[in-house]
Amino acid sequence: MNSLLKLNEVNTHINQFHILQGVSLEIPIHQVTVLLGRNGAGKTTTLRTIMGLTPASKGQVLWQEKDITALPTYKIAQLGIGFVPEDQGIFPLLTVAENIKIAIQDENDKQTQENLEWILNIFPDLKIAWKRPAGHLSGGQKQMLSIARAFINNNTLLLIDEPSKGLAPIMVHALIEAIQEIKSKTTILLVEQNFYMASRVGETFYILDDGKTVYQGNIKELVENENLKRKHLGIYKKTV
Amino acid sequence: MQILKNRGVFIALLLVGLLLPLFTDSQPVLLLFTRIFILAIFAMSYDILLGYTGIISFGHVMYFGIGAYSISLLLKHGGESWVNVLLAALIAVILSAIVSLIVGILSLRLKNTYYAMITLAFAELFHIVSLKWRSLTYGEDGFNFSSQIPDFLKDRFYFYYISFIALLLVGYFLYQFTKSPTGKVLVAIRENEARAEMLGFSTLYYKLISSTVAGVVASLSGILYAISYRYVGSASVFGMDKTIDALLMTIIGGVGTLFGAIIGAGIINLAHQFLADLANFHPIFERWLIFFGILYILIVMFFPSGILGTFNKYKYKFQSRKVERDKSHANSS
Repeated sequence: MNSLLKLNEVNTHINQFHILQGVSLEIPIHQVTVLLGRNGAGKTTTLRTIMGLTPASKGQVLWQEKDITALPTYKIAQLGIGFVPEDQGIFPLLTVAENIKIAIQDENDKQTQENLEWILNIFPDLKIAWKRPAGHLSGGQKQMLSIARAFINNNTLLLIDEPSKGLAPIMVHALIEAIQEIKSKTTILLVEQNFYMASRVGETFYILDDGKTVYQGNIKELVENENLKRKHLGIYKKTV
Repeated sequence: MQILKNRGVFIALLLVGLLLPLFTDSQPVLLLFTRIFILAIFAMSYDILLGYTGIISFGHVMYFGIGAYSISLLLKHGGESWVNVLLAALIAVILSAIVSLIVGILSLRLKNTYYAMITLAFAELFHIVSLKWRSLTYGEDGFNFSSQIPDFLKDRFYFYYISFIALLLVGYFLYQFTKSPTGKVLVAIRENEARAEMLGFSTLYYKLISSTVAGVVASLSGILYAISYRYVGSASVFGMDKTIDALLMTIIGGVGTLFGAIIGAGIINLAHQFLADLANFHPIFERWLIFFGILYILIVMFFPSGILGTFNKYKYKFQSRKVERDKSHANSS
């Protein structure tokens, strides 16, 4: 497999808690890999460990075969890894425009300008609130802003943590389309509780349980395997 | 210029500052306003740290003291000369930049509380050196260097305008700095440091820039302060109370508003003067600090975001409502 990012037996501690207890994954290039698991399985910590926010205490994070386990967060971001955290991480006192512009690496880049137009068409609310402080946006709009900011640059890898959270169903559909469009240029590692969305955009998947990788495969397999969904994700087939 | 279009307060202050000496030639009044301008520069430098980067410093006065001692020592020992004035400015800038870099590298990697404590320790170190190195600094007594100051700088009228122009230039420079991409990154760090790192910004690097700019500007205000008083003593330029004053001026004016620091400096210095003068009318005002404390509490109660901060908040609310009203009118028609 031609992988962009590899995690080898990664262990992460947060204070005295041993959260990741040997997570191994491979993120294939130009694909959407979905990280699934119940609450507390370690999905968000995996993304934070990749970003260096909660560094691994054991194991390796390899970026294009180069060890980045000990790099500081900003250097990991400079490699071309974008992160959309679950809590949106917007800057409330900066305007929507400033929140987006601050993320732009090269303002004169034609592709970035095209990306900006494209993302503002997907999320027109941001265009309306362009000059308003981001702190005044609704929860859904903040989520849109956070996603827009990650899509603006031509990041090589995007780590997205529960993007559908707080979005209206119509916006979830727009987001699915956006991810499907962007995946031709970017590799995505997605953490998502919304199984509908995960199954629509994902190609490969990993299931985490108790801080360990317990299953991997392609998403079609998962959609058809009721036993697997029931056992690890708590999804039961509707009986009429 | 955007600064003139958007800042009504700025224009009002500009007019007051320019016209005041034409209406009064009272030396104490000119000295009072000169002091306001100088301390406003100092408070603006503190606002870059606190208001724009979210860093609390308990030792910001050390840069002020470095500036004050640079000019006074050079003039005292080197004699009256413009070259010495310029040389002192250069030394103050370089020394404060080096000190702020050292303090920053030692402490800015850690939590902001460490920065506050380390700056306090460094400021006390400078304070003690200035006290103990009597052969150079004359210790606690300090020294007067009035006779070594060039005549032009000794004239209260001219020095008023020099301080005022310095305030305008520093204000303009800091305004542009806060509006620059670097300034926006500083605000991002204040708002959410981890998120700024995730966007690829080395927050340590940007915090060092902020601390260096703040330190250099504070040292320039120290130079002006020493010239205006023609005297320097360790307590007057390295005392902790100067940092507290800068903190109060910033909070009263509005943290993160930059020009609020000018309002804060004005209110604090006018209140000092006015309340102390009231002691001539009634002995109760001899305890003017109590009244000053009450004034501070009232300002914090009624203007929790500072005077300019609260004004900006209401202005934004008013504008948002107007936009909403216009939108609903457009929709209905």
